[in-house]
Amino acid sequence: MGRLEVLKTYKVYIGGKFPRTESGRYYTPTNAKGEQLGNICLSSRKDVRNSVVAARKAFGGWSERAANNRGQILYRIAEMLEGRKAQFIEEIIFQGATKKDAEKEVSIAIDRLIYYAGWCDKYTQVLSSVNPVASAHFNFSVHEPMGVIGVVADKHTSLIGLVSLMAPVIAGGNTCVVIASEGLPLCSVTFAEVLNSSDVPGGVVNILTGKVGEMMPPLASHMDVNGIVYSGDDKKEIKDLEESTALNMKRISVYSADWMNSDEQDIYKIADCQEVKTTWHPIENIGGASSSY
Amino acid sequence: MAKKKNTQAAVEWDYSPSPESTSHIELKSKYDLYIDGKFVKPSSGKYFASYNPATEEKLADVAYANEKDVDKAVKAARKAYTNVWSKMEASERAKYIFRIARIMQERSRELAVVETLDAGKTIRESRDVDVPLACNHFFYYAGWADKLDYAFPNRKVEPLGVAGQIIPWNFPLLMAAWKIAPALAAGNTVVIKPAETTPLTALILAEIIHEAGLPPGVVNIITGYGDTGAAIVNHDDVDKIAFTGSTAVGKIIQKAIAGTGKKATLELGGKSANIIMDDAPIDQAVEGIINGIFFNQGHVCCAGSRLFVQEAVVDIVVKKLKRRMDTLILGDPLDKNTDIGAINSKEQLAVINKYIKIGIDEGAEMYQGKCVIPEKGYYCPPTIFTDVAQSSTIVQEEIFGPVLTIQTFRTVDEVIQKANNTPYGLAAGVWTDKGSRIFNLTTKLRAGVIWANTYNKFDPTSPFGGYKESGFGREGGLHGLSAYVKLK
Amino acid sequence: MNKKNGTANHRIPDFSLSPRIDKVGVEERVSRFQTRSIKTSAKLQGLKMVLNMIDLTTLEGKDTPGKVRQMCYKAQHLHDYHPGLPSVAAVCVYPTMVGVAKKGVEGSGVKVASVSTAFPSGQAPLKIKLADTKFAVSEGADEIDMVISRGKFLRGEYNYVFDEIAAIKEVCGDARLKVILETGELVTLDNVRRASDIAMYAGADFIKTSTGKIQPAATMQVTYTMLEAIRDFMDETGIKVGMKPAGGISNSKLALHNLVMVKEVLGGEWLNNDWFRFGASSLANDVLMQIMKAETGNYQSSDYFSID
Repeated sequence: MGRLEVLKTYKVYIGGKFPRTESGRYYTPTNAKGEQLGNICLSSRKDVRNSVVAARKAFGGWSERAANNRGQILYRIAEMLEGRKAQFIEEIIFQGATKKDAEKEVSIAIDRLIYYAGWCDKYTQVLSSVNPVASAHFNFSVHEPMGVIGVVADKHTSLIGLVSLMAPVIAGGNTCVVIASEGLPLCSVTFAEVLNSSDVPGGVVNILTGKVGEMMPPLASHMDVNGIVYSGDDKKEIKDLEESTALNMKRISVYSADWMNSDEQDIYKIADCQEVKTTWHPIENIGGASSSY
Repeated sequence: MAKKKNTQAAVEWDYSPSPESTSHIELKSKYDLYIDGKFVKPSSGKYFASYNPATEEKLADVAYANEKDVDKAVKAARKAYTNVWSKMEASERAKYIFRIARIMQERSRELAVVETLDAGKTIRESRDVDVPLACNHFFYYAGWADKLDYAFPNRKVEPLGVAGQIIPWNFPLLMAAWKIAPALAAGNTVVIKPAETTPLTALILAEIIHEAGLPPGVVNIITGYGDTGAAIVNHDDVDKIAFTGSTAVGKIIQKAIAGTGKKATLELGGKSANIIMDDAPIDQAVEGIINGIFFNQGHVCCAGSRLFVQEAVVDIVVKKLKRRMDTLILGDPLDKNTDIGAINSKEQLAVINKYIKIGIDEGAEMYQGKCVIPEKGYYCPPTIFTDVAQSSTIVQEEIFGPVLTIQTFRTVDEVIQKANNTPYGLAAGVWTDKGSRIFNLTTKLRAGVIWANTYNKFDPTSPFGGYKESGFGREGGLHGLSAYVKLK
Repeated sequence: MNKKNGTANHRIPDFSLSPRIDKVGVEERVSRFQTRSIKTSAKLQGLKMVLNMIDLTTLEGKDTPGKVRQMCYKAQHLHDYHPGLPSVAAVCVYPTMVGVAKKGVEGSGVKVASVSTAFPSGQAPLKIKLADTKFAVSEGADEIDMVISRGKFLRGEYNYVFDEIAAIKEVCGDARLKVILETGELVTLDNVRRASDIAMYAGADFIKTSTGKIQPAATMQVTYTMLEAIRDFMDETGIKVGMKPAGGISNSKLALHNLVMVKEVLGGEWLNNDWFRFGASSLANDVLMQIMKAETGNYQSSDYFSID
């Protein structure tokens, strides 16, 4: 008789810790063959609340980090993911994908993290402007992170959809609360373990598993969430999201994309979770050709 | 030699009336809707009156558009979009917009006078601020029409289609320019509704657009009340909603278009902080306070309505502020020397007076500039409240009038926290002589526009728009284009 | 007269901490004064005030008693074809011409102001500056227009500048002391403000922008900055100080805008020649032409206005 395998306990990730859902509930999704994927936390609205609190607390520190440092941390996530590639491939296959697709998905996820790691200290240069106003003022516009962003991950992938949405959000200095794929939740929890070992400060990314229909409304109506990025094309979900965000003028970005496409990454996804801030200051004009002195 | 005492009496020297001439202005008695390149009667046959808030006299009757008229306008805009405007060479589109800018410049005095008549704002502001900025806005965006590929690196852009635009009464012509110019430059067609109390300059703009020979339906200007605006928002064939107005209405719009795929830009309310540090250039800061809250009678979404003064200089700042308030001339908006014009409408005056009463009831100390209030018209003297707290109603809610609250603070940390402690995030002002402190504050304040050692400055090249409940999207500058394009 | 000297009963501030001035903000404020529209009776009243505030000036190496006598006559007879016009406030000359000028304006109420302290550069030892001033006072000067030591000021020697002004003030006797900052050499408005503060605390009865020998001279930005300094000094000490922009104010419109500035910053108390003066040589005739235009409705020609 062989050795008894140690099964993994899947927990949620809030504020850099791995608690069980405060509700004590779980669900047991299955793959196409009917095999149980595991006992997955069925997060509640209180978990959403706790995550938003953790994300808000982490926002100041994360947004004020040097852009270069954020880039290094995103790169570190990619490094750690590379090191645990096999485990992710195994989970993706277990959740129903072919080996080839699973390998591709993990590779793209790693490369995508590196792509956004590189953007951290460049996007403001590309997106900012110095504006030639007609008065004696220096005027410039820069991008600033919005704050706490809700991420409703792609439902049809376990890893790549989550990474594709999360990476530009945190590359831009935001913190986030991620709602993982309901049916394919395994990688989200394992990815949280990667984050936790990659110098990402606790609370910058919080990951919840459970029912989207249960978690999305409290997230969308939360007054301390500044924006939501959503992947998918469920018309009702989009409408509900957009309606409830009228509460506090949340910014909503809806993506309907094939995240397995290696082109589905760009600076504009960073820009979607940025605010433009324009600053004016007088220029004292003394000396030189146009001087009145 | 006997000492001569220097005791000549104080001299009374008042400026004589200096009204801007209205002799060359010919307002029509009745204005129709501008749809599909024609001035047409409203299908209901109904008209409403627009009044001069400075005299309470009727200026003209204006068509009241209903759902049918909106549908007609949207259809015209769709047809023009599909058949003409989206197919036109971008450089030709640019030339039309340049032409609008030029004709506006030619008719600038007329526009300024009508703006002052209809909105109650001073001729000094409509002549020196509103109208030139509006012209320049068209001039600025005209040049973008054939350069859009440079605005969005690595992307091709396409217009959205038909833009429905609803604008407020505080800067009627300027807001029309802010909305129409970028929309046209990006290749969209437009259905725009000015506010019911200030429709006249938009209707003159319709004449200008007509004169410029813009293809029929590219710009449709329709007048009416909130239900007219709602019909635009709810029309199925509108691709984009651009709204400037209150946060309450902005939320209604956001709800109405949820799930429809319509894009939106919302420029909403504010309660912006104006922060005076103890090392500020005090006299210029006082001027900045005046300009921040009393510009356009305080009918400014980014008004510096919450003043924060560091305790070491609060006495001198308040003293100088009161003295300066006493020199402000309130009265006939058409007089070139008037600093404070009329409140835009009876309704708005009631709102402002309600808040002034709340301020008094809350125990704040009030000071009002020494002004003579004209017998006719809607006026409110410049007003400040000291002894207020962050939790006072008048500190928390947008008043949209010439009413300032003054709070004190001790440290930079404290003022950043208080300034950001609001659901709004439109603008902020910072006054200090120290460069590194400016950058600390401008970085930490959560607002879309930060004025350092200045306030209430606007420019076509400068993006404008807020954080949080002050709305989303930017207007002006390169960033203002993204509201009217989709990226491919 | 507000008799005072530098060691009077108010605290002398640290002049390195004089309020900062933002130049762009000042320009915006000034442009608001410039958009004031002065028409009809306000214009006429203003123009007559301007005439009465002029220090009619000749400060040239080629000045002679003959030139000064003619100017003194003009000072009292600005345009005799128009009855009821005021005289100017004063004539302003070099110390050697004070005696001539004194005789020239005798009995008219027009004052004689003398520049001193090695005008215009001020590059002389204090001893000589004191002698220069004493001479002008002994010749009968009612007012002394001194220059500050700009070199010392720009080196940060504020105490030197202060002490020098205080020393001159002491030998002025009953003559009122105008302190010329020569703002064109101070360059920044921060410096203009600081020099204004030094001059007032050291005992100036008037502060004055310029010698007229350096450009730019009395720009509205500079005058506005000095008016705010006067207002703050009044608030702090209760002492009223006068203002004299000099140089570059050559037309009526600019003069009226200066009055607008005085009215809105300091108030009507300063709108007389005890407290406000224009140092100018060609302003008077332009004002006269404007007055005649206002009264006759016809545009005027300089051929009809005497040049002295």
